[in-house]
Amino acid sequence: MPRSQTGQPGFLGFVHRRRRGAELFLLIQALVVGIGGYAAVGIGVDGEVPTNILTYGGWLALLIIACHVTVRRTAPYADPVLLPVVAALNGLGLAVIRRLDLAEIAQAAGAGREPKTFATDQLIWMTIGVGLFIGTLSVLRDHRVLQRFTYTSGLAAIVLLLMPIMPVIGKETNGARIWVDLGPVGMQPGEVAKVLLVIAFAGYLVVHRDALALAGRRFFFVDLPRGRDLGPILAMWLISLGILVFQHDLGSSLLFFGIFLTMLYVSTERPGWLVVGAALFFAGAFFGYQVFGHVQSRVLDWLDPFRAWDDGSQQVGLSMFGMSWGGLLGRGLGAGRPDLIPYAESDFIVGAIGEELGLTGVMAVILLYGIIVERALRAALVCRDGFGKLVACGLGVVFALQVFVVIGGVTDLIPLTGLTTPFLSYGGSSLVANWVIVALLLRISDQARRPVPDLSSDEPSEAETTQVVKFA
Amino acid sequence: MNKPIRTLSLFCGLLFLVLLGNATYLQYVKADDLNGNSLNRRVIEASFARERGAILVDGDPVAESKKSDDRYEWQRTYPRPALFAHVTGWFSFFSQSGIERAENDVLSGDDPQLFVTRLVDLLSNAQPKGGSVELTLDPAAQRAAYDGLLALGEGTQGSVVALEPATGRVLAMVSVPSFDPNKLASHDLTSVRDADAALNARKDQPKLNRAIQTTLPPGSTFKLVTAAAAIEEGLYGPESQVPAGASYQLPLTSNEAGRVTNATGNACNPSTVTLKFSLEWSCNTTFAKIADELGVDKMREMSEKFGFNDTSLLDLPGQAKSAYPGDLDRAQTGLSGFGQSNVRATPLQMAMVAAGIANRGEVMRPHLVDEIRSPDFDSLGKSKNEVYSRAISAATARQLTDMMVGVVDQGTAGTARIPGIRVAGKTGTAQTGRDDIANYAWFVSFAPADDPQIAVAVMIQNSNRVNSEISGGGLGGPIAKAVMEAVINR
Repeated sequence: MPRSQTGQPGFLGFVHRRRRGAELFLLIQALVVGIGGYAAVGIGVDGEVPTNILTYGGWLALLIIACHVTVRRTAPYADPVLLPVVAALNGLGLAVIRRLDLAEIAQAAGAGREPKTFATDQLIWMTIGVGLFIGTLSVLRDHRVLQRFTYTSGLAAIVLLLMPIMPVIGKETNGARIWVDLGPVGMQPGEVAKVLLVIAFAGYLVVHRDALALAGRRFFFVDLPRGRDLGPILAMWLISLGILVFQHDLGSSLLFFGIFLTMLYVSTERPGWLVVGAALFFAGAFFGYQVFGHVQSRVLDWLDPFRAWDDGSQQVGLSMFGMSWGGLLGRGLGAGRPDLIPYAESDFIVGAIGEELGLTGVMAVILLYGIIVERALRAALVCRDGFGKLVACGLGVVFALQVFVVIGGVTDLIPLTGLTTPFLSYGGSSLVANWVIVALLLRISDQARRPVPDLSSDEPSEAETTQVVKFA
Repeated sequence: MNKPIRTLSLFCGLLFLVLLGNATYLQYVKADDLNGNSLNRRVIEASFARERGAILVDGDPVAESKKSDDRYEWQRTYPRPALFAHVTGWFSFFSQSGIERAENDVLSGDDPQLFVTRLVDLLSNAQPKGGSVELTLDPAAQRAAYDGLLALGEGTQGSVVALEPATGRVLAMVSVPSFDPNKLASHDLTSVRDADAALNARKDQPKLNRAIQTTLPPGSTFKLVTAAAAIEEGLYGPESQVPAGASYQLPLTSNEAGRVTNATGNACNPSTVTLKFSLEWSCNTTFAKIADELGVDKMREMSEKFGFNDTSLLDLPGQAKSAYPGDLDRAQTGLSGFGQSNVRATPLQMAMVAAGIANRGEVMRPHLVDEIRSPDFDSLGKSKNEVYSRAISAATARQLTDMMVGVVDQGTAGTARIPGIRVAGKTGTAQTGRDDIANYAWFVSFAPADDPQIAVAVMIQNSNRVNSEISGGGLGGPIAKAVMEAVINR
C-alpha cells in the first residue's frame, strides 16, 4: 500500500485514514469485556476463576484477532469501531449465557436431570460466524457485485421464509412457526432471509427509484405514489402479514416491513411512502389484533404485565422484576436470579443483563447497539454508490428495529415479539447472520472511506496497462 | 439519498433514546415499586439467602437467623416462640407480620441507615447482614402477663398490654392463644403452607394479635374517659354529688332495653352519690347520665385525645381502629358513657387511657422499637419518646388518679392491691348481651400511683367460664397485679 495516500487530505478535504491500530486497541478492550465477564461469572457463582479461562480466553482472542487480521488485509479502510463493538457484545453474550448455564447446571443437579446448556454451542456458532465473516470479506472484494444477485437473493429469501410452514421440516416452537429442522441442526431461516432481503430491496430500488420517486400526485401536502408503483409495497405488506398469519411471528413481520419501508423512503427521498406504509402497517396491526388471539394476548400483557399471572403469562413481568431487582448497578454477575426469567438465554437476555449488571449494563448495551447503527448509517452517508448506500442503510435499520423491538418488548415499552437480541442472544442462525451483516457493513465502509484512485496521475499505473473505459 | 439517511439516523437516535428512557424508568423510577410486588420472588429469596438481623429483648434474641445447610443459607428461629410470637410476628417465605414486617428494612439490611455497612460489605466482598432491632419489652413483665393469661386455663382468649406512662414504651404485649412462628419460618415450604392453613382454620384465631387487632366494648373501664371529660369540662369534681340510682331510663327510650341498671349490688341505689364513689362502685346509671349531659361531641373529642379513631398508635402494622363513633344519638351516647353501644377498644387503647392518666394527662405514643443497631451492634439511633396528645390537665389527672386508687382500695378492683404500694385501677365487664358469647372482662391499672412506672390493660375475651363468674376484677386484676409487680420490684 502506498503510504502517501493515508493521512493526506483527499477528495473535498476528506482525510482518508485506515485506523487499524485504533481498531486493535479497541478490540483488546472488547476482549477484556468478554474474558473478564467470563471470569467474573466464575467468581460470582463458584467463587473462583473458571479453570478453563485460558483455553476459553485464548479461543476468543484467536477469533477476534483472526477478524482483525482479515480486516487489515482485505478491508484496510473499513470503519475501526464496528468490529470492537460487535466483539464486546458477543463476548458479553457468551459470559451471560455461561452464567445462565451454571444456574441451570445447579438446578438440574438438584432435580437429578440432564442440564440443558447453551454456552458451548454458542461458542461454536460464534466460530462459524467468524468463519463466515472472514469468508465474506475475503471473497467479496466489492459489495457492488451483490447487485447482480438482486432477484436471486429475493427468491432465496422468499424460499427461506416459506420453509418453516412446509410440512416435514417446519416446526413450531413456543407458538411461533419460525424454525426449520434439518436433521441435526435447527435454524431460523428468517435471520438469514433478512440479509438477503436487504440485498434484494437495495438492488431493486436502486434501479426503480426514479419511477417510484417522480410519479405521483400531491394530496394534502403529501406526495403520494402512483397506484401501480404501490405494487412492491403492497406485496411486502402482504408478505409480512403472511408471516404474521402463518408463522405467528409479530417481530419478523414488523421487521421486514419496516426495512422495506425505510429503504423505499431513502431511495426515493419521498416521505409519502412512509405515510402510506405506516397507514398500511397500522391497518395490518389492527387486523392482526382483531383476528388473532396471540396478538391480542400480547397487547394485553403489554398493557398489564401482571394480568394473567396465574395463567402462565409471566415472562415480561418476570423480566421486569429482574431488571428492577438489578437497579442502577446490578446485583453483580452470578449474584442475581436471572434463571427465574424464562428464555433468559435468548429473547430475554437483556433482562438477565439488567438484573446482574444493572441499568448501567443495559445502557451500555443499548449504546453499543446505537454505535453499530450510527456506524452503519455513516457508511451509508459516505458511500459513493447508491446500491451500497441502500444496503448499509438497510442493514443499519435492521439493527435499529430489531434492537428496539426486542429490548422494547422485554422492558414493556411495546408488546413483546419474538426476536433475538443481536450478538447477545443464544441462537446459531442469528449469530451467524449478524456476523455476515457486519462483514458487509465493513466492506461497504472500506469502499466508502477508501481514497478515490487518482486517475489524473502521470505516474504509470497498473490501470493504464489495460484499456480503461470512462463513462461521462 | 443523504437527506433521508440523515432523517433516518435522527429517527434511530430517537428509538434508542426511548429505550434508554424506558430502561431508566424501569430500573430506577419504578424499581422500588416492582421490588415490593408480592409476585417478585427475588426479594424474598434474597432475604432468605441473607443473614437477617436479630430482634432483641433486653439483649437476648427473640428472633435470630441461624446458619442452615439446606437450600437457603440462613434459618430464622424464634427461641421463645409462644411468648413473643405476636410481637416478633413471623418471617415466612410467603408473608411477614409484626416487627419482622414493620422493621423489615433494618432486619434485611436494606434500610438507608445501613448504607455504609452495605457499601463496606460490597467492597470487602462480605455477605451482607441485616441490622438488629432492640425492643422496649420488659422480659419479666412479658412473662408475668403470659403466665397470668395461661393460668386462666385452656381455651382462654385474651391479651395484656403494659406501657411505661412517661415514655410510651411497650413493656409487655401478649396475646393468647399463641402460636409457633418457627413452623411458619421453615424452609420446607409445603409444611409452611400446611401449618399456616391449620392456624387459619382454628376458631380461636391464634395468629391474631389481640393486643392491637381485636376491638371489643371496653365496658366500665371506659368510665375513666367519661369521668375525665366530666372533670375537664368542669361539670363535676370527685367530691361532687352526681346522679345515681338503681336504674336510669335513657333519653328517647321507654322500653326495658333502654333502662340502664347497675351490675354491683345496691351500692349505687341512692339517688345521688359522689363521683368518686360512683367510679369505685362502677355505677352505670351515673355514667350514662353524665355522658348524656356531656353530649356525643364532647365524649368523642375526649376519646380521640386518648387515641380512639386512629390506627397509627404503634409502630406495628395491621392495627384495628378503636372506635368512638361520631353519630350516636342520645340513648347511644348514654350507653357509651360506660363503654357499651358502639364503643370499641383494643387492649392497647385502654392501656393508653390508663397511661395518659398516670402521666399527668399527657398521652405518649406507644412504641415497641427501642433502638436499631448495625450488624456490628453499633447503635443507629434510639426511638424518641413522642407526645401523642395532652388529653387532660394535670389537675384532672391527679383527681382521676386519686379516684382510681379508691377503686383499688375500697371498690371493685381489690384484686390488684399490692402491699405497700398505691395502685390505681378500674375494672370492666362488658356484656355481650348474648348467652352464647361470654362477657368480656377488662382491667386497667397503673402503679405506683404517685410515680407511675407501668400502666396495664388486661382483656379477656373468652375464658370458658359462665358469665356469673366473669368480672374484670376477678379475672384481670390478679394478672395486672403480677405484671405491675414484675416491673416495680425489678
